[in-house]
Amino acid sequence: MNALRSILVRRETGIAVMIVLFTVVVSLYKPQFFTLNSLRVILLLTPLVMIAAMGQMLVLVARHVDLSIGSMLGLSAMVTGMMFRDMPGIPWGLGFVVAIGIGALLGLVNGALVTLFRLPAIIVTLGTLNLYRGLTFIVSNARQVDRQFIPSELKAMSQTSPILGIPWIIFMAFAVALATYWFVMHTRVGRQIFALGSNPVAAPLRGIKVTQVTLLVFAISGALSGLAGIMYASRWGFVNPSNTGFGFEFQVIAAVVIGGVSINGGVGSVLGVVLGVLLMGCVAAALPLLGIPGTAQGAIYGAVILVALLIDRSVRQQGIAGLRIARA
Amino acid sequence: MSEADATPLISARDISKSFAGVEVLRGVDLDLMKGEIHALLGENGAGKSTFAKILAGVHLPTRGTLALNGQPVEVTNPVVAQKLGITLIHQEPISFPDLSVAENLVLGRSEDGWFSKVPWAEMTREAHRYMDLLGVHIDVTRPMRGLSIADQQMVEIARALASDSRLIIMDEPTAPLTPREVETLFGIARRLRDEGRTIIFISHRLEEVRALCDRVTIFRDGDKIATDTIGNLSDADIIRLMIGRPLKEYMHKHSATIGDVALEVQGLTLPGVFYDIGFSVRHGEIVGLGGLVGAGRTDVARAIFGVAPAESGTVKVNGKAAEIEKPEDAIALGLAFVPEDRAVAGIFRTLPVEQNITAAIPGKIAPAGIIRRAVEKSLAQDAVKKLRIRLASVKQPIGELSGGNQQKAILARWLLADPSILILDEPTRGIDIGVKAEFYDMIGELAAQGRAILLISSEMPELLALCDRILVMAEGRLTAELSRAEANQEKIMSAAVPRSQRVEEAA
Repeated sequence: MNALRSILVRRETGIAVMIVLFTVVVSLYKPQFFTLNSLRVILLLTPLVMIAAMGQMLVLVARHVDLSIGSMLGLSAMVTGMMFRDMPGIPWGLGFVVAIGIGALLGLVNGALVTLFRLPAIIVTLGTLNLYRGLTFIVSNARQVDRQFIPSELKAMSQTSPILGIPWIIFMAFAVALATYWFVMHTRVGRQIFALGSNPVAAPLRGIKVTQVTLLVFAISGALSGLAGIMYASRWGFVNPSNTGFGFEFQVIAAVVIGGVSINGGVGSVLGVVLGVLLMGCVAAALPLLGIPGTAQGAIYGAVILVALLIDRSVRQQGIAGLRIARA
Repeated sequence: MSEADATPLISARDISKSFAGVEVLRGVDLDLMKGEIHALLGENGAGKSTFAKILAGVHLPTRGTLALNGQPVEVTNPVVAQKLGITLIHQEPISFPDLSVAENLVLGRSEDGWFSKVPWAEMTREAHRYMDLLGVHIDVTRPMRGLSIADQQMVEIARALASDSRLIIMDEPTAPLTPREVETLFGIARRLRDEGRTIIFISHRLEEVRALCDRVTIFRDGDKIATDTIGNLSDADIIRLMIGRPLKEYMHKHSATIGDVALEVQGLTLPGVFYDIGFSVRHGEIVGLGGLVGAGRTDVARAIFGVAPAESGTVKVNGKAAEIEKPEDAIALGLAFVPEDRAVAGIFRTLPVEQNITAAIPGKIAPAGIIRRAVEKSLAQDAVKKLRIRLASVKQPIGELSGGNQQKAILARWLLADPSILILDEPTRGIDIGVKAEFYDMIGELAAQGRAILLISSEMPELLALCDRILVMAEGRLTAELSRAEANQEKIMSAAVPRSQRVEEAA
């Protein structure tokens, strides 16, 4: 009974239920939503968001926020794409090292500004959101890196599949999620991130190196944005200075918050974030199918997020209140 | 006390501490023996908590040395203190609410690297072992959030055991506990002592100190006054040592004509906070409300003013029953409340002094919703002159003023609203002696103008100098009502110290 109850009050259960309900309702109107093909569509929408969401989760758990992920994605994708264009014959695998490295560096700059100058992360990363986007235009001379310059092996990662017709990049996204799970649950520094976000005043009193941990979460968020950047090149086959990663932070933060990560720090789970990303993917896949015009999709998308959060909030409050009464 | 080892666990010599130039601890020498429970006693602000925090590395002493087992040590921060085997248990324990109990227990203890594996199973087993050792039943896998204060304290004690602390400092641990929980805590404290550990116990409750402690050290105004075996001191001795400062004659009492009853409170109760509070204040009268911090005085004031209303009881204003459910109701009835913590509840730190002063009377400065700058400015300047607020300009942000002048500006704000009933909560806390005297004059003057004043204060000389009558609260109940003629420090203190049986001979 207790075990059942603790499963029922978990955030993850709520999101899973919402995914099921959403799928059922949409399938009643449009039966073709309930097919393997649309599952593939949903999964293809999610890997970039899922990878960046893992980094964003760590940042939010540490009681900060990273708004610059879309621009970090764009800048690292651009530099990597230009490297492929201007240095033909370079091993395509090197692109991963470069993109992740640039992302980590940009993330470290965020972290350094937050810790050294004690600035609020929301302001710092709002600034670097624009700064990094501007740098993308400067280094690229506002020119797109076109399809023919992206190595075909890289593009193949989004098209070929080791099993079940599911492309490589989806496996990579889940691998990142698994690694993050291991990191937050089984390493000492992973737990320290939760401790820091749960009580920033007490953290230094218990010997947690607040500066280093903060730098680390921003660096991870940057590195994963860089990884998402090269996967963007793989998935879409081009890098554009204004489009690549634009508005990405909205999708990622929405998915992470729906996934139950508290913006007040200290709370969050990898499973919840994965489910949050999948719920957002479902919504994104269903909108065109339901015949909602492209112009209205942004508004619907935003409304769905708000409704999901409101439902979750009221269900959980009542749920917890109910448990208290039951115990008393 | 352990006879075998006579080297003190901790020897403090000449420990002194100043905050912003104010000396709060002066040359304290103290030896803490192995296997003793040692009480630190004193009024609020006497320096006992500061001393405890220096031992635990929260504060650095400005002067003086510490020795642990005869070896000089420097306790530079709480992590160092923990490694030396010193744990401070706060009244409201500092914890990580989103982490599990077991994690809270071991966090910060390990020297392992960042990427070393978290040994969940071992950690849980260990946490279970310490909970069993303490004889408490707490699910160590649940999050810390939602645990009772008593259980949180137990986790802190378990943490002290897990790092094998030799000195455990408990800063007023019993204040938030029920009697049963206090008994459990005492049982554990005695066992830890018998294992040879040293415990510092800070409390206001004499009966608890008597029941638990071996020796007691009394602080007063930053000085260590006495250290003795508890059996050698009577309650009366302890109270005398705690308050023994010479009673300064501040000033004469303004002669005000005492008029009709302005504020009458009957049977005011907020379960768990205060019970059956009844008193009255007449026009022109200053009624003091004394007691220790945490006795519920501020809560009573907040209830009367409608900030956190009582559950039962009646409030009458000028003889008529008043329904006060929110502060607006109280203001409309002519009440004003100057809260204690001006930083939190009083000032708008970044706004200019003039706006702070006129904040409570929007109707006067902005009759049609549009602020009349000239009116605002002249009202503020009048107040500054009348209350002798020292500042560079009324346009200065109020945060730049000294504490005393900020407090005057807040008082000015409420005086502009021309209240007939004024509740002042610790109006002179943290302001220096010269400004204090001015405040006393002002409060007397306000009463002379026919206002009814309820003055909450922890400083007994202040109550004695200003008030026509003094009420004393302890643990949420009124314990004494003293006329100006019969009031003295001993009577106030003995009514303020929570004890199951009040010792009348303390007077």
